[in-house]
Amino acid sequence: MTLPEGWELVVGMEVHTELLTKSKLFCGCENHFGSEPNTNICPICLGLPGSLPVLNKDAVELAMRIGMALNCTIAPSTFHRKNYFYPDQSKDYQISQYDLPINSNGFLNLPDGSQVTIERAHMEEDTGKSTHLGGSGRLAGADRSLVDYNRCGVPLVEIVSGPDIRSSEQARAYAAELRGILIATGASDGRLEEGSMRFDANVSVRKTGDPLGTRCEIKNLNSLRSLQRAIDYEAARQVELILEGGTVRQETRHWDEGLGETSTLRVKEDAEDYRYFREPDLTELVPDQPWQDRVRAALPPMPAARRAKLLERIPGATKAQEDAVAVVIDLDLEGYVNAAADAGAEIAIAVSRAANELAAGIDTLSNLTTDAFTQTVLMEAKGELSATQSKVVLGELLANGGDPKKIAAEKGFEQMSSDSLGATIDDIISKNPDEWQRYKDGDDKLSQFFVGQAMKQTQGKANGKAVIAELQLRK
Amino acid sequence: MKSAVEIANDVQTGATTAVAQLEASYAAIEARNAELNVFLHLDKDGARKIAEAVDARVAAGEKVGPLAGVPIAIKDNLCQTGIPTTCSSKILEGWKPPYNATVIDRLVAAGAVPVGKTNLDEFAMGSSTENSAFGPTRNPLDPSRVPGGSSGGSAAAVAGDMTSISLGSDTGGSIRQPAAFCGIVGMKPTYGLVSRYGLIAFASSLDQIGPFSKTVMDSAVLLEAIAGHDPLDSTSLPEPSPSLVSHVNDGVAGKRIGLVKELYEGADESVVNAVMGAVAVLKEAGAEIVELSIPELRLGLSAYYLIAPAEASSNLARFDGVRFGLRVDGEDVTAMMEATRTAGFGAEVKRRIMLGTYALSAGYYDAYYGQALKVRTLTINAFKKAYAQADMLIGATTPGVAFKFGAKSDPMEMYLNDVFTIPTNLAGDPAVSVSFGKGEENLPIGVQLLGPGRSEASLYAAARVLEIADGRS
Repeated sequence: MTLPEGWELVVGMEVHTELLTKSKLFCGCENHFGSEPNTNICPICLGLPGSLPVLNKDAVELAMRIGMALNCTIAPSTFHRKNYFYPDQSKDYQISQYDLPINSNGFLNLPDGSQVTIERAHMEEDTGKSTHLGGSGRLAGADRSLVDYNRCGVPLVEIVSGPDIRSSEQARAYAAELRGILIATGASDGRLEEGSMRFDANVSVRKTGDPLGTRCEIKNLNSLRSLQRAIDYEAARQVELILEGGTVRQETRHWDEGLGETSTLRVKEDAEDYRYFREPDLTELVPDQPWQDRVRAALPPMPAARRAKLLERIPGATKAQEDAVAVVIDLDLEGYVNAAADAGAEIAIAVSRAANELAAGIDTLSNLTTDAFTQTVLMEAKGELSATQSKVVLGELLANGGDPKKIAAEKGFEQMSSDSLGATIDDIISKNPDEWQRYKDGDDKLSQFFVGQAMKQTQGKANGKAVIAELQLRK
Repeated sequence: MKSAVEIANDVQTGATTAVAQLEASYAAIEARNAELNVFLHLDKDGARKIAEAVDARVAAGEKVGPLAGVPIAIKDNLCQTGIPTTCSSKILEGWKPPYNATVIDRLVAAGAVPVGKTNLDEFAMGSSTENSAFGPTRNPLDPSRVPGGSSGGSAAAVAGDMTSISLGSDTGGSIRQPAAFCGIVGMKPTYGLVSRYGLIAFASSLDQIGPFSKTVMDSAVLLEAIAGHDPLDSTSLPEPSPSLVSHVNDGVAGKRIGLVKELYEGADESVVNAVMGAVAVLKEAGAEIVELSIPELRLGLSAYYLIAPAEASSNLARFDGVRFGLRVDGEDVTAMMEATRTAGFGAEVKRRIMLGTYALSAGYYDAYYGQALKVRTLTINAFKKAYAQADMLIGATTPGVAFKFGAKSDPMEMYLNDVFTIPTNLAGDPAVSVSFGKGEENLPIGVQLLGPGRSEASLYAAARVLEIADGRS
């Protein structure tokens, strides 16, 4: 979406991610999504009187990994209490990092070459989950409220970007790249649908060159699509409001996915005073250099580096191939691609099959061995399988596993003999003399026409390359 | 009554049994509890099982521990599995913690037998135990007077010969002041020496659990049993429990003791005389007396009454009726929380929650809480400077002796009672109050000895010199 001429969108993002630790941030309870309500709880995460928090070292390491992947400075940090009454916040305060976060001053480079600054990436604990029954269905005015404290105390890292994002597409790309990094660091499973990552977008608009406009914060966006749509809607709303002579009021807004609209959640004047103060039950967190060095040494390569490495094997890659490579890295499929390429298969085919067929069958990927993938791609590259046949074989392998050669035989994907293919080609040429003349005169695009006709006539058994070779012979 | 050391020795050698000691303790409690209101809850069945286990181990020839079979009273802000723990507040009435405070586990491991939970000022906020929702505790030495507070019940249990030892907690003087009023020994240990896990927080950065006893030696034995690193408390010091008992009789020869003007000026004449008497005794015993002035200590009270309420306002937020304790229904959750807190908290607790909430509020933080933190730093640095000139400091514990009920109805007047004890909490240092001399109506006076972090052994040695001089062995 584009704003009217002369207007500029400014977005800063706050991304919350749950950390993939075994236990919660301040107690030994299991950090697990989907357990029976109120089963992963103890005196500490329930905030029972007299209980005290003890910081989870694994959570600190994951936070450091995130900071390092985002090029942040890792510094001695402290915890504060954010005080507010809410039933799913067991202590009625949240332990969070405040003025001294563990990670600050970093940046993230996006695939399009733009850079977004990372102001901070700090640690905090998650709240429980409330369900409001009857009445209004919200906390105020509900007949009953039920609280599940399983999530209470789950470690979170909040990643705050600078106001550097200039389009909803860029916001989406930022969120997607960040998600890839969080998965690569092992910090998050990146499952947006389970709430593992949640996006808040601070959106404002201005006339190009003007100082920053008043921002509205859209809370709790839980998919890349919602993020992009919400920003587009909100930007358009603000521009329209200003053009009509109004002013944007600083507020927190809610995105309604069904309506495709944002609406006021609370205005700034109603913002709670959280009475932050240093958490006296925790000491200063000082990750010393040896600890930082150990964490850094164990850091796996990030998606950008992995994409670059794979693209090195595809000189002169097209935009479509770059996109396919991004999908391969995003879904962690480069093992398949590299294995096939190492075995001598054409890497472009391997990337394409991985980014399409494997991506579509990702849920049953465990059925497919790298070896079976390699064999299938090799068969396709050698012309023993047509592209269509190769896709069918991969589909079968993903569904049930097995040996690609056997599957090809069972499906009757015999390689057409060149004699039989030659006869087919002669037949097609005789039926399409005009096209054949133009092709002979140098219109190479028509090769695809003949491949298509050959596929049609052989029910997909023909190999595209073999067809073109036969055409060349007859030119 | 026998000391804890004597009881443990008798139990270990078979001269008596833990069960017999427990029964004697309960008999003493039955005799006076109705009058003094020391205990809120007695855990007779649980205590008997623990005592029987001690006796069984003795019978099996095992060495049980330094507190073998010693009955001990527990301040009711310490959690004990399955035992009602109220903080003397209606908001927690009937709540039974599902876990033990670390100190309870350590006591039982040392052979001690927790007999029950003692009264306190609600959430440890007060200096007289008059702020209990379950009625005040009376001073066993003069039932028309307060036992001090907030650990008034635990002090009275020892002073009233119900148990030889007890545990209290000290946030601004809540062990030392009642020890002074009841004529016994009360130690506020170095912050972090004793795990706070299971102590229901009043002001987390100031709270510290510590022992009451009649003798200095018992205090050392009890503190040694409960001290030392606890992985469940992040602020717990990393070192193991220090050696204290072996230093009790070290004396004070060669020690430099700072007599601090700000720690006795303004006190009653009898109190000042007691401090001077103590100084003379210590000098006689070979200490070098250094007269000091630490003007920063005068700022302590004001800083304390911002920092402690600020932390309390947050610590006490969880008492909201949602998960445990009292719930008073309301139209919705917010109304329920308000109704619960309105009904559940007493006046002093509400006063401090409001004070603390205000001190932390946007626009006031810098002027109040922020300023108080600066004063705290000043206090810490002032003590550091003083400890460069002296090994320990001496002063009064309280401005006067135990006062009558209702004598300090103005909160400010009550707060001033803690003026000598508060600075130590701000600094996180240890201080002990030992009974020395008598004031009006022959009531006991407490002399306070203060030291730098982890100097408990030296403080006990000095306290022991005063204890002997005061005519107690």
